[in-house]
Amino acid sequence: MSDWSILSITTFLPLVGVFFIMLVRGDDEEAKTNIRRVALITTCFTFVISLFIWGGFTYENPGFQMVEKHDWLGGAFSYHMGVDGISMLFVILTTFLMPFCILASWTSVDKRVKEYMIAFLVLETLMIGVFCALDLVLFYVFFEAGLIPMFLIIGVWGGPRRVYASYKFFLYTLTGSVLMLIAIMAMYWQAGTLDIPTLMTYNFPAGMQTWLWLAFFASFAVKMPMWPVHTWLPDAHVEAPTAGSVVLAAILLKMGGYGFLRFSLPMFPLASEFFTPFVFTLSVVAIIYTSLVALAQEDIKKLIAYSSVAHMGYVTMGIFAANAQGIQGALFQMLSHGIVSAALFLCVGVIYDRMHTRQISAYGGLVNNMPKYAVAFMIFTMANVGLPGTSGFVGEFLTLIGVFRVNTWVALFAATGVILSAAYALFLYRRVVFGVLDKESLKSMLDLSRREKVILVPLVVLTIFFGFYPMPVLDVTQASVDALITHYEAAVEAGVNAGQQAAAVVQ
Amino acid sequence: MYSAIVFLPLLGFLIVGLFGRALGNKASEYITSGFLVIAALLSWVAFFSVGIGSGPAVQYNILSWIQSGNLDINWAIRVDTLTVVMLVVVNSVSALVHVYSIGYMHHDPDRPRFFAYLSLFTFAMLALVTSDNLLQMFFGWEGVGLASYLLIGFWFKKPSANAAAIKAFVVNRVGDFGFILGIAGVFVIFGSTDFNSIFSTAGAIAQGQTPVLEFLGYSLDPDTALTVVCLLLFMGAMGKSAQFMLHTWLPDAMEGPTPVSALIHAATMVTAGVFMVARLSPIFELSPTALTFVTLIGGTTAIFAATVGCVQNDIKRVIAYSTCSQLGYMFVALGVGAYSVGIFHLFTHAFFKALLFLGAGSVIHAVSDEQDMRKMGGLRKHIPYTYWTMVIGTLALTGFGIPFIYIYGIPLGTAGFISKDAIIEAAYVGQNAFAGYAFWMTVFAAFLTSFYSWRLVFMTFFGKPKASADVMSHVHESPWVMVVPLLILAMGAVFAGPVFKTFFAGDAYDAFWKGALFTSDANHILHEMHNVPKWVIASPFVMMVLGFIVAWVFYISKPDMPKALAARHDVLYRFLLNKWYFDELYNFLFVRPAFKIGRFLWKSGDGSVIDGFGPDGVAARVQQVTARVVKLQSGYIYHYAFAMLIGVAFFITWSMFAGGGAL
Repeated sequence: MSDWSILSITTFLPLVGVFFIMLVRGDDEEAKTNIRRVALITTCFTFVISLFIWGGFTYENPGFQMVEKHDWLGGAFSYHMGVDGISMLFVILTTFLMPFCILASWTSVDKRVKEYMIAFLVLETLMIGVFCALDLVLFYVFFEAGLIPMFLIIGVWGGPRRVYASYKFFLYTLTGSVLMLIAIMAMYWQAGTLDIPTLMTYNFPAGMQTWLWLAFFASFAVKMPMWPVHTWLPDAHVEAPTAGSVVLAAILLKMGGYGFLRFSLPMFPLASEFFTPFVFTLSVVAIIYTSLVALAQEDIKKLIAYSSVAHMGYVTMGIFAANAQGIQGALFQMLSHGIVSAALFLCVGVIYDRMHTRQISAYGGLVNNMPKYAVAFMIFTMANVGLPGTSGFVGEFLTLIGVFRVNTWVALFAATGVILSAAYALFLYRRVVFGVLDKESLKSMLDLSRREKVILVPLVVLTIFFGFYPMPVLDVTQASVDALITHYEAAVEAGVNAGQQAAAVVQ
Repeated sequence: MYSAIVFLPLLGFLIVGLFGRALGNKASEYITSGFLVIAALLSWVAFFSVGIGSGPAVQYNILSWIQSGNLDINWAIRVDTLTVVMLVVVNSVSALVHVYSIGYMHHDPDRPRFFAYLSLFTFAMLALVTSDNLLQMFFGWEGVGLASYLLIGFWFKKPSANAAAIKAFVVNRVGDFGFILGIAGVFVIFGSTDFNSIFSTAGAIAQGQTPVLEFLGYSLDPDTALTVVCLLLFMGAMGKSAQFMLHTWLPDAMEGPTPVSALIHAATMVTAGVFMVARLSPIFELSPTALTFVTLIGGTTAIFAATVGCVQNDIKRVIAYSTCSQLGYMFVALGVGAYSVGIFHLFTHAFFKALLFLGAGSVIHAVSDEQDMRKMGGLRKHIPYTYWTMVIGTLALTGFGIPFIYIYGIPLGTAGFISKDAIIEAAYVGQNAFAGYAFWMTVFAAFLTSFYSWRLVFMTFFGKPKASADVMSHVHESPWVMVVPLLILAMGAVFAGPVFKTFFAGDAYDAFWKGALFTSDANHILHEMHNVPKWVIASPFVMMVLGFIVAWVFYISKPDMPKALAARHDVLYRFLLNKWYFDELYNFLFVRPAFKIGRFLWKSGDGSVIDGFGPDGVAARVQQVTARVVKLQSGYIYHYAFAMLIGVAFFITWSMFAGGGAL
């Protein structure tokens, strides 16, 4: 399988679509339709191709698969791609969601369609690249370059305060990234290589790990986002167009969690162990604090954005519990949140396209004339609440179990999220969907169109399917997660022993 | 067969839920009801085979659910005696409620949705009672919560219904907070959530000496650890079964259609907590402290809800508080270790409480959707079937029977007489610290039960009609499709007690349960409760008669007395009428602060502090600094020349003092 460079093909296929879009001339309606079609076909095709990655994936192999490696810039760096059980599903998630993003923008984006679609396709390439890159510089390039199309999507096609939101987004993420760049340089001088698989087994000195960990943490914590560097997210979500919110919530946020699993835990195990209480604290604060803030929101998208921060609290907590349930739960939670939050933002998009407001108070009683919409929204709300039988439950439960084994205080506080998430999600649903339909402006709203059904039905099916049978995901991640934990625990053990020996020598 | 019992309601839900509009109302009703009747008949077959017969307890896996590390959870079905008892209760009541709803919901335009929800609820409840591990139980637990939420809010145009639905879900989630932590605790202690492995190792673990659980900074030895886990799990049971402190959602849940109240909020869902404790008897039995707490909560709920029930005016709310109180009785039985007696009361209560609710529905149906009993009265002659079945239900609830008289060893009395009195006797001989408390509470609650039940009957069916003439002219008996379920339930309310007593609290106990409930070697309560003094046996009977007499005096012979009494004890009356002010207290303590804190954290925390010192602050500082820098550029040559001169002078001075060599 690996001899046809499937990862590179998947990664760069969207750029082929960009090429074709560039060929389209004019900006009349026909040209716009053609551009949309090209983008849709490209993303669908990319998704189909990416399924071959899953097809060719060997579950038992904990290492990297489908590896491609070519020297680059004289051998200091290399073009090194590969996936393992941790990253593979993120690639699939990305390619899976992109067609929905294109479809969601079908009618709502009507100006600069060409540039918009190009931005999305470039973004897709960069996001897939992040999850496949096995060289630090390559990773950094994909990771940072992804900011640019996102910045443009918010800044050009966003809402009224789009400039403020896009700058806030850019500044936050860039500040984090600069620190990461310095850390990458330091790692190169220390280890003499930027090859990720090599670095994952390299033992950095304990003192250096602390600094490197903090530098990487700055970048990932912003991306995640963790409290208190989360304030860019609600603004970005509110201003971004629907598809932008989908990509932001479903994929860009996952890069933080992916980064922790790919870099922080394996490369700086001692520092990770040292900072675990710190991360736990921030996670718990995120869960409680942002859930309460979500309760007070008046804007639908902001409420969902804050609930995303709370859900990401479970992810960070699970990752740093550093046991099988915690990490697999965190991975599952990220993938599930990718589907569910994407679906929720798409649901908001459905009514935003009709009413052009996101104020909760502008709605009410939608179930009367939009029953199908009400059902879909209910299912995703319940998944957001973490009801068993939806995908939202599995990740939440596994991370709670994982962290309970490590620290019951954290589990206790995190479990309050069970109560708070029900409160804010159902309160939102009640205000938007239930009640009497007495607002004149809402009475003419139509139920889901065929295009909207095509978008939402697959997501409903997946949400429920993974709730009842999450094993496809858990099976993929198992071997790699086990290997990661074994490596992590051995390193921490060795660190403790080394510390004791050093103490003995001093005495 | 067991798969059919569990999945038929799901199939009904899927068919009607997805294609209800296309199928139409009639087809939707017949499909869901038909499936449920089949499932109910199969449940009785299972009951006679596994329970009364000697059929084997069954357990098989359907699909793996979650595997991660040493955690391995399957979708599985477990059928033993406890399960078949619950199957019979759930499916029988559900089938009758389905049929009854065909009549009751006749005017509603959304019938397919209603029947789909009812079937969804039944499926979730069946998944709960057939679960073979704690997590699947939690799945069913949350599933019934969802169905309950949807059905309470079924009339989504009513703001009160929406509020009640959210309240029910969120208060239940408070209990689930404990439940899910309890599951995590069980997993850490036992390394599994499967009932078989928990039950088989529980004894050995309790014997151990080494700490088995780190909890909130303490290393807990096995005894304490089991207590902690049991209490956490019991918190879930308190939420679902509306026990004292987590009861506030149940009365509000009466916003839902009445058949829903009968099925979910009387007969089945609210008894899930009782089922859970009974199912987990092998670990609860090892923790006397947890059982003591269960007794305390049960006794308190029994008396608390009964006091409130005495002054309510909404016919459904009276029955709701009665349910709450009866659930308290069940927990008392569990708490003193008489698990089968608690389940017995669950079993009989399902019949007569569903009967009362459906009867109340029939009344409400008759008087044009009026629920306030002060606007009823004199309905006895107009709706005779409803009246007589309600009286039978009331007799069963109040525990009507003649003590000390046996026919072929079977006590003479209604279902409630036998199961409730068994609880009171069990409480009397119970060993734990709160058993005595629970005994007196349940005895006194028996008096209140009798009072508020007869009060309901007298206010509704006796006296002069208080409804408007217009309403009275429309009063009519319900159609047969509603009356027949009432008659069937009335049979159950009378005979479920005497016929089945021997299995739950009699000689056939061992042969019936076959080890499905665990009692430790020191637990002899089922034997001891047969040797209680005569006054203990007589006391609930006396209370029942007293309650009847007081109600008769208050509402038939001297109808002015209640008002005078309420006026004289105004504070007490309002305290009871406002349900001990729990709603106000919780609003003050939790609900309003949560919104206030949320708003504060949003505006001040995120807005002023984080953004203020973060991006916005930095941006503002940068602007300030650049504004000053801009001012430096005045554009006058002599300003620049002067600055240059100063600079040159400075550098020359510096190089001279620094050693001159630089120049």
